[in-house]
Amino acid sequence: MNLLSVSHLNVNFQVKKQSLAALIDVSFTLNRGERIAIVGESGAGKSVLGFSIVNLIGKPGYIASGSIKLDNKELTTMNLRQLQEVRGKRIAMIFQDPMMTLNPVLSIGHQLVEIIRSHTKITYKDAKNIAIEKLHKVQIASPETRFNQYPHELSGGMRQRVIIASVLLLNPDIIIADEPTTALDVTIQAEILQLLLAICRDHGVALILISHDLGVVSKVAERTLVMYAGQIVEEGPTLEIINDPQHPYTQGLLNALPQMTLPGHRLNQIQGSMPPLSERPSGCAFHPRCPYATEACKQQQPKFIYSGVSSVACLMIENMIDEFDRDDPVQSDNVLEGER
Amino acid sequence: MNTPLIQIRGLEKAFSTNDSWLGQWRFKSGKLTRHQDSVHALNGVDLTIYKGETLCVVGETGCGKSTLARVIMGLTEPTKGEIDYLGHRIDHLNNRQRMFYRRRMQMVFQNPYASLNPRMTVYQTLSEPISFHQPGLSSVQLDQKIDGLLESVGISATGSDRYPHEFSGGQRQRISLARALSVEPDFIVADEPLSALDVSVQAQVLNLMMDKQEERNLSYLFITHDLAVVEHFATRVAVMYLGRICELAPRDVLFRTPKHPYTQALLSAIPRLDTTSADPIRLIGEVPTSTKKPSGCVFQARCPYANQRCYEASPAIKEQPDGSSVACHAIEEGRLWK
Repeated sequence: MNLLSVSHLNVNFQVKKQSLAALIDVSFTLNRGERIAIVGESGAGKSVLGFSIVNLIGKPGYIASGSIKLDNKELTTMNLRQLQEVRGKRIAMIFQDPMMTLNPVLSIGHQLVEIIRSHTKITYKDAKNIAIEKLHKVQIASPETRFNQYPHELSGGMRQRVIIASVLLLNPDIIIADEPTTALDVTIQAEILQLLLAICRDHGVALILISHDLGVVSKVAERTLVMYAGQIVEEGPTLEIINDPQHPYTQGLLNALPQMTLPGHRLNQIQGSMPPLSERPSGCAFHPRCPYATEACKQQQPKFIYSGVSSVACLMIENMIDEFDRDDPVQSDNVLEGER
Repeated sequence: MNTPLIQIRGLEKAFSTNDSWLGQWRFKSGKLTRHQDSVHALNGVDLTIYKGETLCVVGETGCGKSTLARVIMGLTEPTKGEIDYLGHRIDHLNNRQRMFYRRRMQMVFQNPYASLNPRMTVYQTLSEPISFHQPGLSSVQLDQKIDGLLESVGISATGSDRYPHEFSGGQRQRISLARALSVEPDFIVADEPLSALDVSVQAQVLNLMMDKQEERNLSYLFITHDLAVVEHFATRVAVMYLGRICELAPRDVLFRTPKHPYTQALLSAIPRLDTTSADPIRLIGEVPTSTKKPSGCVFQARCPYANQRCYEASPAIKEQPDGSSVACHAIEEGRLWK
């Protein structure tokens, strides 16, 4: 039984009487306690996906079709009251910039207690105890003093810890972390990632990590979804995706990392850039930047199929599998083994 | 390669945190006293940048790396110390005298969304520095030059009439680079030029920077916190902590054998792709702000190897047999890295 299942989700943005598709036919599932990552360049729709799960997409965006089910309960049709029971309590979210998430004019303690008391009937004293316990859990030194301090008195890493503590207050089943370490230094980033990982393991919380950094993803996630122009182009176990990327886009992303080339040599760049929503190419959206693109790629939408390693949406791989099936229908599962 | 282009000696910079005269008065135990608080961003930096090399400066937020860049460029006045450009001292010059050197040294900023004027077309952005430094150019020559510049950074010449908002982040950063190159400098300071960009776009900009370096024998001072980029791009690396350089080494030496405890922690924290690599060395605490001049070694509060001497005396930077220079008592005494 899947904890969360998103199927055939389409999210559109209404701009000047034109409907632009930000997410196209996105489907994935999340099991209890599983950690998945969503990677892609800016503009790929990663954050839109994160926001849509808790139905936080504001105007001009709207969910056009598809379903999001949490424990078999449909989230897309819920009213605000029902959603408030889900947000925070079942699914919590961590955003990129901790300074923007915390209210600068309220003390840390005030904000934490407010979260607990708005969801449960509990005295201030009990709520404070819970808050301090959670601050302790995220390894904040002397939580009693920090409780009365204001966000500006804390450093960036400390603020992100407070946010993680605030997310833990209501014991959610799923944490969605939208680029939680982008605003932080490398040393602090490593600490925060370790903390997130430890918390998810200890409490059996499922994590959806949204990131553009494959290095970060490889540390935390068990499964990775790669997004391009609003679609999932590849999905599979993180290790497989990093060691044996199938989709040309995933390959490009990995090859562009500086550690993939010898020092001092030219980096392998992906030509061009992500198309804006209004100029979505026909056929496979990646074809203008793809080194293997053929005439067929310009017309035909690739299907999402299992390649033996991961699931990919690419015509080239689809054709390869078809050919293999014709030659040897028995071994079609190991189709790409011979390729390597 | 071995001609020193920029030499910095004993550079210090302190920012006053209570600038207004009224803010400096405190009422304490029945007495009104005046005192000035300041943040010591740079605490005695010595650095030489050679011709044609890429010197990367790494460190956490608040270690003074951006201040270093701004002081070298003359955008902020140093409190103390000297900066030489090819043997000429430049830090005390007035604006008019400095103009010649401004042309030789250019800067690329972190955020390409903020560093290009949104009301100027790309043509205007690029033509302003050129016609300022070379007023004799005819408009035809200017046009040719700008077209050539845009082409050299991979943007079609038809883009010159467009505004910055019509370009993507990577394209904007390439326009910033074109603007820096427009006056034919031989030294470019790049302050975190890649941090606002995606991985694939980072690769484009980094490749372009390397191409230009080869073409024009440019020297870069490259400021970043992304060590993967440093490993790829640098000739030498300077690691900064609280306004001091704690390790300076050729790239290969630094990445193979990081010596300073801070460098070791920093390198271990890079998120590598392999899922099996060792856990990062945990530093206790975060970068303290430098409102007081630190006594002893700047890193003592977070250093796992600190002893009494580290709390009392500040270590001098000493050259090691393998070409790196480290400021650390523990290494000097042979407690670390004999």
